[in-house]
Amino acid sequence: MVETITLGKALNHGLRRSLEGNSKVVVMGEDVGKLGGVFRITDGLQKDFGEDRVIDTPLAEAGIIGTAVGLAIRGYRPVCEIQFDGFVFPAYNQIVAQVAKMFYRSKGNVRLPIVIRIPFGGGIGAVEHHSESPEAYFAHTPGLKVVTCSNPSDAYTMIQQAIASDDPIVFFEPKRRYWEKGEVELGADLSGAYPLHSARVVREGTDATVLAYGPMVRTALDAASAAAEDGRQLEVIDLRTISPVDYETIYASVRRTGRAIVVHEAPGNIGLGAELAARISEHCFYSLEAPVLRVTGYDIPYPAARVEEEYLPDLDRVLDAVDRSFGW
Amino acid sequence: MANGVSEVGAVPPPTPAPSDGAEDQGTSGAPAGGFVQLLTPDGERIDSVTTADGTTYSVDFTDDEYRGLYRDLVTVRRLDAEATALQRQGELGIWASLLGQEAAQVGSGRALRKQDMAFPTYREHGVLYTRGIDPIMPFGLFRGVDQGGWDANEHRFNGYTIVIGSQTLHATGYAMGVTMDGKTGTPDGEAVIAYFGDGATSQGEVNEAFVWSGVFNAPIVFFCQNNQYAISEPLERQTRIPLYRRAAGFGFPGVRIDGNDVLASYAVTRAALDNARNGQGPTLIEAYTYRMGAHTSSDDPTRYRIASEVESWKAKDPISRFKAFLAKQQIAGDDFFGEVDESAKNLALELREKVLQMPDPQPVSMFENVYPHGSPEVDAQRARFAEYHASFEGSDH
Repeated sequence: MVETITLGKALNHGLRRSLEGNSKVVVMGEDVGKLGGVFRITDGLQKDFGEDRVIDTPLAEAGIIGTAVGLAIRGYRPVCEIQFDGFVFPAYNQIVAQVAKMFYRSKGNVRLPIVIRIPFGGGIGAVEHHSESPEAYFAHTPGLKVVTCSNPSDAYTMIQQAIASDDPIVFFEPKRRYWEKGEVELGADLSGAYPLHSARVVREGTDATVLAYGPMVRTALDAASAAAEDGRQLEVIDLRTISPVDYETIYASVRRTGRAIVVHEAPGNIGLGAELAARISEHCFYSLEAPVLRVTGYDIPYPAARVEEEYLPDLDRVLDAVDRSFGW
Repeated sequence: MANGVSEVGAVPPPTPAPSDGAEDQGTSGAPAGGFVQLLTPDGERIDSVTTADGTTYSVDFTDDEYRGLYRDLVTVRRLDAEATALQRQGELGIWASLLGQEAAQVGSGRALRKQDMAFPTYREHGVLYTRGIDPIMPFGLFRGVDQGGWDANEHRFNGYTIVIGSQTLHATGYAMGVTMDGKTGTPDGEAVIAYFGDGATSQGEVNEAFVWSGVFNAPIVFFCQNNQYAISEPLERQTRIPLYRRAAGFGFPGVRIDGNDVLASYAVTRAALDNARNGQGPTLIEAYTYRMGAHTSSDDPTRYRIASEVESWKAKDPISRFKAFLAKQQIAGDDFFGEVDESAKNLALELREKVLQMPDPQPVSMFENVYPHGSPEVDAQRARFAEYHASFEGSDH
């Protein structure tokens, strides 16, 4: 059944399906129950699945993740919501020191099938701590897998795949795209779904490869449409999986186009773009017509809302990078 | 034998403010405010202790059971001494000794029922032993050949947790799962025990664990071994009230015990676990004890505490008081004591042999068990690593 729904609603449907499909799945976080979450991603779930499976927790992020570890040892599959990107840091210790390492520490004896949902990124006019992009901290941590969706269809599928996975997964949700609509095939069989840890070419092109993920995929696609009017065909890849990165899809594209531009909201310094540039340089060296360029947030704390549009990569900055690549 | 009354209360109802403790500073060795003690440092049995909330604690052991407890205490101390020696001889990278804390660990460990789950720190070798686990199990961690590596559920004993206090949240979540599984509210229900120390009580995560277990009425016992020091920092740097009284603010009972009294440790932990399994929620137990040795083999306690303090705690030794009690009551005599020493020594020698035989891991094994579903990145690095090493084959490298 194909329906046109928002990305937020698609996540809601995906969570619902996971709760229906496995009695060990529990959703937990601040305000996820009666309120349905501040973004309503868990709307109606507590009413239908009860307070034991959709748990309003105390206001303590370390507690959310720490107790999820214990629940997972007990055999549950916790899906934790961190209310905003900038609020994850009290839980950072539990995520990095425990969630990421317990499988390794226990020589594979203890699995922690935990999903940590984090709405991330800016563009919603919010106050401090509500617009950050902390994905590199987690992608840098062995033992965690990190994914992000960019459209309703992927949101619906990827959240279910993440919950079904035994790997601990940090699931970044592009909060400013929560209200964007798209077609979703509700009830589709997961077994035939596009693999969770694969990138996807979302627009084919021949002249340059634009790599983006989460909220920046829409920006990259818009830039590609604009570039096409100037006669440049940009290939856009939605990374989808940030750790591990699906490099083969990237290399295949860059070897054809000879140019790569990475776009992310997070600060550029030591960000995912730096790693992608290093890898592409190493593996596609003789195909490159220009250095890998990055279009990112600046190396400053996320600024006040009235100037965030100047901070965030947008269509023009992507096109500017394309121009620089061609002018090299 | 006398009946004792301790000023220590369980809450709710609220605990009365502790007295100045003057009358408690006699032979019992109690801190101001008192504690539950069923065996004095001189080996005198106190039949029962009733706390301010009206709870009466006692034990009802057969002579065999008393002798079994003594054997546990001596064995875990002897194994610990062997580990310290192994570290000094370079066979272990580090060792965290339990010396002085045997009674707290053996008493609480024996109070666990088979179905209960324990979440240790990295010093609970005595609890591990009472769970019937081969004492060799944690030595890979201390030798540096692995990082623990056991199955928490199989042994009903979670992995050693090194980051201070983190395991209290794991224990709380596990206990929430016990409730969600419908395994509380009956005498054969399950309960969970979380071990931590006085230093850990300053951690935010431990306080979060108290909040969570309180609001979810989790079937858990928080067992704090207050051994007076967090490496070099004394208790006064962690708290300005007795630790057991913290429980009142979280809305569940807090009880202080003589941590060097195996009987008090057993009696209070058993009661708290049974309350938990019966659906009555968490309890905080503060086992007032002393770390006789260093924090770990890398520590030098002479830099921060004086010899006379250590001497005063020697007089409260958990094993000598229990031995005195057994002898006085003619529950055991020299033959038994000698046999226990001999058998503990043999176990220690077995342990030594097993430690010495522990093979170093194959280097390539460090790439294993990073992810349940694997990772192409890790696989590629493992392959390159193996190829790199193979390139030296036949050479002198």
